[in-house]
Amino acid sequence: MSVNCHERSLYQQTFISRPSNRTQSMHEARKLEAMKRIGLKWVIAVIAVLTFPAFAEDSGDQPGVRNCTWCHGTSAQGYTVAPRLAGQRPQYIENQIRNFRGHARDNPFSKQYMWSAVASLSPNQARDLAEYFASLAPKAANDGDQALATRGKTIYLEGVPEANIVSCYACHGPNAEGVREIPRLGGLSYLYLKNRLQQWGQGYHASAAPMPMVASQLGPDEIEALASYLSFVR
Amino acid sequence: MTIVGLHAVLRTATLAIAVSIGLSQAVRCDELQSKLQYCKTCHGLSGQGYMGYFPMPRLAGQQPQYIENQLRAFIERRRTNPIMFNVAHVLSPSMLTALANHFRNLDPKPFGGAPRGSIAEGKRIFEEGLPESNVPACAACHGTEGKGQNEIPRLAGQLYPYMVGQLAGWKTERGQGSAVDTSAVMAPTAHNLTRSQVEAVASYVSQLP
Repeated sequence: MSVNCHERSLYQQTFISRPSNRTQSMHEARKLEAMKRIGLKWVIAVIAVLTFPAFAEDSGDQPGVRNCTWCHGTSAQGYTVAPRLAGQRPQYIENQIRNFRGHARDNPFSKQYMWSAVASLSPNQARDLAEYFASLAPKAANDGDQALATRGKTIYLEGVPEANIVSCYACHGPNAEGVREIPRLGGLSYLYLKNRLQQWGQGYHASAAPMPMVASQLGPDEIEALASYLSFVR
Repeated sequence: MTIVGLHAVLRTATLAIAVSIGLSQAVRCDELQSKLQYCKTCHGLSGQGYMGYFPMPRLAGQQPQYIENQLRAFIERRRTNPIMFNVAHVLSPSMLTALANHFRNLDPKPFGGAPRGSIAEGKRIFEEGLPESNVPACAACHGTEGKGQNEIPRLAGQLYPYMVGQLAGWKTERGQGSAVDTSAVMAPTAHNLTRSQVEAVASYVSQLP
């Protein structure tokens, strides 16, 4: 049910909360009416699907996918704070859904959006979604600071042994592609990568060993450099 | 007056030396703890090994002399591994010894996860060798329990994919450069094992406590 609330608020943001449009020309007003109707249809469809699970199962995984892509982008390439799911390791996506359900992943946006978004997913649905998103081709976000990318690459490959910062490469692979339950980092957005690394240092998602330990050694400059570099990796 | 003065100077000097030794030990202990946390990030919280993109070998219960030898081999590029070169080249000799001694005393359960189908064959190769292929019994050097001794490594509980990777790629990783080291001993043995024999031995030792 809380998923519905989330969908409504997105609907409101997208189609309703634009009072200034009302004062614009007739043409604009007509366009807005059309948008509202289309938007309303979507919301009704989504609510209907979520209210009748039997119907949802009958129509395959499409409604579940749509529920994710509202925030993660229509081709699942990520959108601002919602990370890219396309090309992510399926086992990682499944594990994270379980982490959201069990509230082990307790980062601010996780709490605000993902806890309720996954609350009604069965393990089978989670697996199907994970496989679907993993099968999509990822695109790099390319939104970091290009000037920091070289420094970031050095830290990624070698760590900073003098400062006890471990190499990211050892677990996440030569091209930041991840493996098994270890996530692909290459091409995720700068902001998402930076937030995650900072939040481990602040105590969020503490169960995700060994990342809290790894991130706690990183200073602000290293986080900037890593997040920048990784956003360009494809 | 002079004698009293000398006493005072001596006492102060002794105190200063005692304090500085105490301090330097405290700093070393601190540094050791941070470095251990760094090692265990990849090699597992109890040194039991870890599966990242690459398998990170178990260090728990490993022979200190073997660990020291390998860290030196990474530094001198006798053993090829870009990650471990970076890790090892900043370690002071005293740190290196302290780390090796720490891991010797850890005793977690084996990491597990190996296929179990060829354990019996692996046990046979481990205990009896393969005389027809000129492969000596592993137990002859590594001990019947696979615990190793001195420069000969412990194999018990070692990660299956790590064991397979090392035995299959011995020549490309170990004994590089012109200097001959202890790794030369294993080269013919590793060469004479077939892939399935390597896998059998690896699965057997990986589950030894």
